[in-house]
Amino acid sequence: MAKLARLGLSEEEVERMAGELSGILEHVDRIAELDLDDVEPTSHVVELENVLRADVPHESLSPDVALASAPDPVEGAFRVPSPQAEE
Amino acid sequence: MTELLALTALEAHRAMVAGELDAGEYAAAWRQAAGGDELNAYLWRDEGGGPSAIAVERPSIAPIAVKDIFCTEGVPTTAGSRILEGYEPPYTATAVRKLIEAGAPILGKTNMDEFAMGSSNENSAYGPVLNPWDRERVPGGSSGGSAAAVAGGLAPWAIGTDTGGSIRQPAALCGIVGLKPTYGAISRYGMIAFASSLDQCGPFTRDVSDAALMLAILQGQDSCDSTSVGLPKSPSLPDRGDLKGLRFGVPSDLTGHEFDAGVRAVFEATLEKIKDLGGEISTVSLPHAEHGISAYYVIAPAEASSNLARYDGVRYGMRAESSGDVIEMYEQTRAKGFGAEVKRRIMLGTYALSSGYYDAYYGQAQKVRTKIAGDFKGAFDQVDFVVTPTSPSVAFKLGEKTADPLSMYLNDFFTVPMSLAGIPAISIPAGLAQPAGGGPELPVGFQIAAPAFGEQKLLGAAFALEQGIGFDARPEGVPNG
Repeated sequence: MAKLARLGLSEEEVERMAGELSGILEHVDRIAELDLDDVEPTSHVVELENVLRADVPHESLSPDVALASAPDPVEGAFRVPSPQAEE
Repeated sequence: MTELLALTALEAHRAMVAGELDAGEYAAAWRQAAGGDELNAYLWRDEGGGPSAIAVERPSIAPIAVKDIFCTEGVPTTAGSRILEGYEPPYTATAVRKLIEAGAPILGKTNMDEFAMGSSNENSAYGPVLNPWDRERVPGGSSGGSAAAVAGGLAPWAIGTDTGGSIRQPAALCGIVGLKPTYGAISRYGMIAFASSLDQCGPFTRDVSDAALMLAILQGQDSCDSTSVGLPKSPSLPDRGDLKGLRFGVPSDLTGHEFDAGVRAVFEATLEKIKDLGGEISTVSLPHAEHGISAYYVIAPAEASSNLARYDGVRYGMRAESSGDVIEMYEQTRAKGFGAEVKRRIMLGTYALSSGYYDAYYGQAQKVRTKIAGDFKGAFDQVDFVVTPTSPSVAFKLGEKTADPLSMYLNDFFTVPMSLAGIPAISIPAGLAQPAGGGPELPVGFQIAAPAFGEQKLLGAAFALEQGIGFDARPEGVPNG
């Protein structure tokens, strides 16, 4: 699960969290007992209709501004370590 | 100066408009008061002559403390997290922009639980906030800094965000007014996302009139937030003198559960007060509301695990040193940048959304949400408002609940159902009660919930009840207006 979440956890964290999460899941599991087969799930509480606006170009952040907070900006781009670790 | 600080935001606004109060002098008095922060309520303060991007040319509204979850151009914005330490956003949140445009100077950015995950403010990477009533106790969370600033005389009013109770619960624990508006009433643009289908901005104020004034400034549709709709009509100042003809429902499915005796006594006395003011009390049924915590702690972490995927050390925020590939850089950055509670919720959310478990957890929780919203609709066929205590206890001690995440989550028992239903709810101070373990009395909040977009009527009832209760206690040393 930590791999999926791209979260580095120490051995100790994994152990502690396993206990805590099973306690929380035990509580959460109560809703599994409810019979809700015919119920529609709610993903949004306010009834909204999609609306489209005119596609008018407007100013957005300049590359300089967008890169200003980056840990490692280079030549107008975000630099990251290589996707393949060196052997 | 004490006289200036004793004014409510509405009184100060009226005095400034009438030319009886010098706006510069008033703002300076508040900057000085905020400078005396001993509660760790502020993470950043404007010492005067702050960044031009947030400058107010002609102040005419009381200066405001802003939860550090709102992006403010050129001003550090951390969301209480190490991963955003030193981050200065390139734009300002709509809610903050509206306050600035209305003439409210920004007093500072307030401390909070990391990414708004917490009920005690102990999950901030920058240390806990102390409750102004008793510095050994928590102010509540996640907007603990905003609540403590207003209650502690460090700001005339503040904004925060509420996902499952993060405005109402700290307002209750600090003895002030906190309003969570209807989902969609206020733009979420520039509000750092925790659980997008639940997050909503709202005011912390000394009284209900100030909450109405601030809601009028904040509400509105925003083209930058497709889920914003605004209120049908801009709220006016409440002036109701009684509660005649109004029906209040007590949800026995929630209030039948065990909670602090002191809180129960204040809750019951407030029901009597409602009757004295001409309101009717009856019992209503919200059969699924008690499952709110379970549904919430699936939905909110699920949405959070997705929203927090953006903190990967690439575009902004910190990046951990790592010698490996880009995946290892992501993992190390997130390991070092996030605190324990955020990691816990990311893991919980990732699990709830993972293949094979999605239907059992996330799908089922969304169905419970439908049932809870339906329960409220049914209740509002019979009554105008649903009322509960805001929090099952008064402010608890620092460290008292940190070892047991579930007991911390149960603080939100009374506030989460309204969040899941997307309806507005306000917490007003209703009295004082001793903590379960004994000791000096602390504030108790009374929660009133209304149908979606029913803010005007909600504020009217809250105002009448507030006048009837006449709560005027303040922490030691805080001027009483």
